[in-house]
Amino acid sequence: MRHTISVLVSNEFGVLSKISGLFSGRGFNIESLCVAETLDPEVSRMTIVTRGDDKVIEQITKQLNKLVSVLKVHDLTAEEHIGRELALIKVSVAAENRAEVLSIVDIFRAKVVDVSPRSYTIETTGDEQKLRAIVELLRPFGIKEVARTGRIALSRSHRAKQGK
Amino acid sequence: MKMTGARILIESLLKEGVDTIFGFPGGVVLPIYDVLYDSPLKHVLVRHEQGAVHMADGYARASGRPGVVVVTSGPGATNTVTGIATAYMDSIPVVVFTGQVPTALIGNDAFQEADIVGITRPCTKHNYLVKDIKELTKTIKEAFHVATTGRPGPVLVDLPKDVLIAMAEFKYPAAAELPGYQPKYKGHGGQVKKAMARILKARKPVIYAGGGVILSDAAPELKTLAEKLHIPVTTTLMGMGGFPGTHSLYMGMLGMHGTYAANMAVTNTDCLIAIGARFDDRVTGKIDEFAPYATIIHIDIDPTSISKNVEVDVPIVGDVKGILREMGKILPKQKELKEHEKELQPWLKEVKKWERTHKLSYKPGKKGVLKPQYVVEKLYELTKGNAIITTEVGQNQMWAAQFFKFKKPRTFLSSGGLGTMGYGLPAAIGAQVAFPKKTVIDIAGDGSIQMNIQEMATAVQYKLPVKVAILNNRYLGMVRQWQEFFYDKRYSHTCMGKLPDFVKLAEAYGGVGLRASKPEEVEAVIKKALKVTDRPVLMDFVVAPEEGVYPMVPTGEPLNKMLLV
Ligand SMILES: Cc1ncc(C[n+]2csc(CCOP(=O)(O)OP(=O)(O)O)c2C)c(N)n1
Repeated sequence: MRHTISVLVSNEFGVLSKISGLFSGRGFNIESLCVAETLDPEVSRMTIVTRGDDKVIEQITKQLNKLVSVLKVHDLTAEEHIGRELALIKVSVAAENRAEVLSIVDIFRAKVVDVSPRSYTIETTGDEQKLRAIVELLRPFGIKEVARTGRIALSRSHRAKQGK
Repeated sequence: MKMTGARILIESLLKEGVDTIFGFPGGVVLPIYDVLYDSPLKHVLVRHEQGAVHMADGYARASGRPGVVVVTSGPGATNTVTGIATAYMDSIPVVVFTGQVPTALIGNDAFQEADIVGITRPCTKHNYLVKDIKELTKTIKEAFHVATTGRPGPVLVDLPKDVLIAMAEFKYPAAAELPGYQPKYKGHGGQVKKAMARILKARKPVIYAGGGVILSDAAPELKTLAEKLHIPVTTTLMGMGGFPGTHSLYMGMLGMHGTYAANMAVTNTDCLIAIGARFDDRVTGKIDEFAPYATIIHIDIDPTSISKNVEVDVPIVGDVKGILREMGKILPKQKELKEHEKELQPWLKEVKKWERTHKLSYKPGKKGVLKPQYVVEKLYELTKGNAIITTEVGQNQMWAAQFFKFKKPRTFLSSGGLGTMGYGLPAAIGAQVAFPKKTVIDIAGDGSIQMNIQEMATAVQYKLPVKVAILNNRYLGMVRQWQEFFYDKRYSHTCMGKLPDFVKLAEAYGGVGLRASKPEEVEAVIKKALKVTDRPVLMDFVVAPEEGVYPMVPTGEPLNKMLLV
């Protein structure tokens, strides 16, 4: 099954390689990994999307917890959480289908963030399904490039979780 | 007072109570060596950095104190990797300080630069690159703390040259502050009770003890528990000495080359109590048929080793020593224990029968032929078991484990997890440095000994009387044994065509060289070796070349499918 794991780590030298190396060294699979500073500049949050049966996921969370640089591991899968991904989509547009593209952008509450004579660059956020849907709808116009962030997520629980 | 980074390092080591470091100099670490010149720290100059780490590891295993290493950048650092990986697999507290090129040059492919933090990430418990002298004392404090607490392990600290010569105030922190690292020592009370209830209900209990018992100094607690509850004990290779090898409840080692009794007991037990052991594949054999009828209780400080290989019924995470003590406190009353003992009689009898009918043994050699097992038996007899034994890897290691009886913890030092040939001699040197008066013997193979034989020079330089007993079969024996069983005796590249004359080699280094080729010569050689107190001794025992280690569970088979002698 697919799991979204949120990991708070000390923001220090080599920490990303310690985490990603744990996955590669033990043969765990990473679908996406996002990382950036939190409110506290000494702490970063990594959101890791991974796949495995219960036993594998248990090992992943335990092994992550064991790393000295890891402050907290939180498997969000089992509880309510908000997950988002951001995509930039550069799509070809000819004069006759601008309106149609704009209406898709509208329906998806996306945004055109750059315009050139022959293309739009569209910014959109949402869950994976939504991003897939918009890409599919824009595909017929000719997608030139897509950049996606991978998933970031937060628990809906009002309590921020601190420590391990 | 302001000091250079190098001096801060040495002062910090003294604060940590370090008395000895094992090292090898080079350009980048010269500032450290300059401070060492007139420091009270003892420095052992090794001949190869791999040797330095194994020495620190042997020192740590024998003494329980962390071993410390200093080496230079680049090749000095990369040479430590095998030693670090060895310590990592066996959870040994070692702190390795590597020199690094100046911070401004890092990443520039500078002379003798290697990304040692990157290289050792998967084989250290934690590692550091110190980029600022302000971080130095804090990092050293943390390094020792992480190496020695929780499940111990090696920690590497990379020190760029500019940090070693920069100046700062020396203030050593009283404690390490690591919010993300809080090992759990105390076992869950409810789980401890549950475990005890299961144990008391069992009619065929077995204790399976691993290296964790030794690492947490829990041998006395283990003995008390086993004796009070009359539970037969088997240990892993790493657990040897954690329970007295001469005890009537001891069944010997389990696993691939374990005893018949231990493997049968584990296969038939209804309650397996795993203590500081991690269900290694060399121990379990075919995993689906490992302890198939048992409730499994697992005590371990490392939550990741619980239910990793084998599903556990009652997990207890925490320090083995403390948990065994807690269990000791909730034992039933004397009268109930007597009752319990009676109920276990049939099981204890069955175990004894397995022991009697399938003793560890070997066929004595034809006249004039020396058997390796006999050499180990003689070593045991003539030292009365009062020795620290290290081993290399291969048949020598297994025969040492089978035929020497380890009465105390920290007397059997062997590379269990990684299986590193070349471990034994430097580890013996490290143990001898920790205990200059004790008898330290490396039981070696002719192949393995050649992997770090250069450390003979180190032993000579520091007048360390380590003994090496080479079970010289002129083969990479264990590999040859596998070829014999599984590859139709096609001995592809396992014959050591040309061997050095080990006696002359020992003498060339300035040590003592002795040889025995017949059983009747063995005793005199060992006695002579044991008398030497000021230099290393190499004993070359020319043994039967095609002797095999038995019993043996072929890989992929369950433990009760043993090939016997
Ligand atoms: C560094 C290293 N290389 C290779 C091996 C694989 N290996 C395991 S046992 C063995 C043979 C060891 O031969 P020897 O030291 O002569 O000991 P014996 O088995 O004959 O007692 C080998 C090559 C290893 N364990 N370590």
